[in-house]
Amino acid sequence: MTQTQEPTGVFDQDTVARAQAIIARYPQPRSALLPMLHLVQSVEGYVSQAGIAFCAGQLDLAHAEVSAVATFYTMYKRRPCGEHLVSICTNTLCAALGGDAIYAAVREHLGSDGKPLGHEETAGEPGAPGSITLEHAECLAACDLGPVLQVNYEFFDNQTPEKALELVKALQAGEKPHPTRGAPLTDFRQAELQLAGFFEGRDADLDGPSAAPETVRGAAVAADRGWTAPTMPENAEFPALPEKK
Amino acid sequence: MVDQLTPVLTKRWLSPRSWTLKTYEQLEGYTALRKALKAHPDQLIQQCKDSGLRGRGGAGFPTGLKWGFIPQNDGKPHYLVINADEGEPGTCKDIPLMMADPHSLIEGIIITSYAIRANFAAIYVRGEVLHCIRRLNNAVREAYAAGYLGKDILGSGFDLDVVVHAGAGAYICGEETALLDSLEGKRGQPRLKPPFPATAGLYASPTVVNNVETIASVPYIVNGGADWFRAMGRERSPGPKIYSLSGHVERPGQYEAPMGTTLRTLLDMAGGMKDGIPLKFWTPGGSSTPLFTAEHLDVPLDFEGAAEAGSMLGTTALQIFNETVSVPWAVMKWTEFYKHESCGKCTPCREGTYWLVQILQRMNRHEGTPADIETLLDICDNILGRSFCALGDGAVSPITSGIKYFKDEFLALCDRNSKVLAGASA
Ligand SMILES: Cc1cc2nc3c(=O)[nH]c(=O)nc-3n(C[C@H](O)[C@H](O)[C@H](O)COP(=O)(O)O)c2cc1C
Ligand code: SF4
Ligand code: FES
Repeated sequence: MTQTQEPTGVFDQDTVARAQAIIARYPQPRSALLPMLHLVQSVEGYVSQAGIAFCAGQLDLAHAEVSAVATFYTMYKRRPCGEHLVSICTNTLCAALGGDAIYAAVREHLGSDGKPLGHEETAGEPGAPGSITLEHAECLAACDLGPVLQVNYEFFDNQTPEKALELVKALQAGEKPHPTRGAPLTDFRQAELQLAGFFEGRDADLDGPSAAPETVRGAAVAADRGWTAPTMPENAEFPALPEKK
Repeated sequence: MVDQLTPVLTKRWLSPRSWTLKTYEQLEGYTALRKALKAHPDQLIQQCKDSGLRGRGGAGFPTGLKWGFIPQNDGKPHYLVINADEGEPGTCKDIPLMMADPHSLIEGIIITSYAIRANFAAIYVRGEVLHCIRRLNNAVREAYAAGYLGKDILGSGFDLDVVVHAGAGAYICGEETALLDSLEGKRGQPRLKPPFPATAGLYASPTVVNNVETIASVPYIVNGGADWFRAMGRERSPGPKIYSLSGHVERPGQYEAPMGTTLRTLLDMAGGMKDGIPLKFWTPGGSSTPLFTAEHLDVPLDFEGAAEAGSMLGTTALQIFNETVSVPWAVMKWTEFYKHESCGKCTPCREGTYWLVQILQRMNRHEGTPADIETLLDICDNILGRSFCALGDGAVSPITSGIKYFKDEFLALCDRNSKVLAGASA
């Protein structure tokens, strides 16, 4: 193995140590590539050429092999992201409930010179406080709470254009409104570090709410009406060992 | 008679801090594991077969049978991979399950790994659900600290490591072989089958890929037994199932009921259609399953019932649309999704979805002609059954079923002067 253990450019010793920790999680090193690309985004806010070189060096892969992977997945950004990434679901169900209108309103608000902001474009200087990268997203597995949007992959449920605008304006002003489901907001890079599997010192985040009324509706109706699954037998036995053929 | 709702997987969701090991252990957590580790692995596989459990990831493949395909004494490492990529439009059950009760999945993973003789398991979670990933990571850490994971689990001599792996935004990675490529650090593109994952899966070793809801069901089957599980649902589709109701209903949400429950019953529990506006169309199991209409309110929603009525059970993601929504518009939106998510490996799907979007967008701008409908169906015919993976088949479902039930609406779009629903009113 010709892995680079040395820090390179923006990727310091801590990042190298983290990259090595990711590799150690898997039976084969290359499995570390997706998390490592998240790690790279936590440092630079996108996957730069230097980031590709970093992963290639850590995993002993060709740059082209890493590039091919990085460009396949929508969560790897090819241009520097804002402090926050705002993703608005415009898949059919959310769109029918108002998601298209929410996306249009936010694009309008974040645009400049009468031009609405485009998909994966950034309002403000990327990385600067209050800067926002906007994208429309596919179904975010929260249709019962639609229309939904996310900030740095934390959920804001049951949105309207008004609520979404208020949220985006607050983010621009440096505030961090609490998501409906998820942990208190930090920024895009910190979220990417967590996606790479590093949660150091963030235990309190676990307490962020997850169960919306929608989530527990069936359970609540059942509790209300006294409905349950059939009672389990006292001591269910295993079947006999199947005969060897 | 079994109750209309049967909370099994969802029964802890109302408990305070339900995601912690402490709560889980207070509510029978890890009792099934202790029991399972005393059994022979083959007894667990047999019990799973006896229970009739079928995969909850969409295709409904019998789970015990899948486990039984793993060759034994082959000298190769075995792997369990959990498909937590939940991206099929409408599907929203696995993410809440993992946020609310991650230990039930982990207990299921340990039991399944023991049964198939795997010492490494990965949970492949779609990347966009950070809170879920956070809770899973914590649950794995707690399970290691308590001796449920790692070396010599509970003194049984069985070792297991589990890793939580975040994806990076690609619906196709839900397809099991694309998922394996992605987990190996490659582009997520489907592999040619055979060989199936059971013989050549992760790192070309025998691998079981199962959905979250499937594996979370396992501890209950171990504790309750196959007959208990079969007391719910129907003969060939037994057990409880999380039905996800979304869209134009008064109380959308997750409702866990016996397999074979109808939309009429579920709607009744969900307070009926929103504002009383009548139902127009719905998906029984995500956007890849052909649309149903108000005629299908009494179809038993299990694998056989949905298929006999001309659709598929899929992921029991019931997306419900009322009369205000244009079918050609909804179909266009879904087709845009498939075009975006097509991995590009095969021509029918890559090119076909591109042209389908072009035509549907034109029709929705009222610039279509009746010949467009024939062209759409013709392209669908060239995609269905001719694509490399099931994404292509899924992509044509909304179009062919939409035209089947609502052809008039497509025709109306060809007449510039007709008044039709343009898009959806919020
Ligand atoms: C395009 C596509 C996307 C899929 N997405 C998922 C998914 O997100 N989650 C899932 O469990 N199965 C998904 N599947 C089904 C898997 O290929 C596979 O059948 C399933 O994970 C097997 O698990 P089960 O037997 O427990 O259902 C998808 C299939 C296709 C073709
Ligand atoms: S059907 Fe579509 S997603 Fe599947 S392999 Fe072909 S191009 Fe890729
Ligand atoms: S359609 Fe928006 S979360 Fe599913």
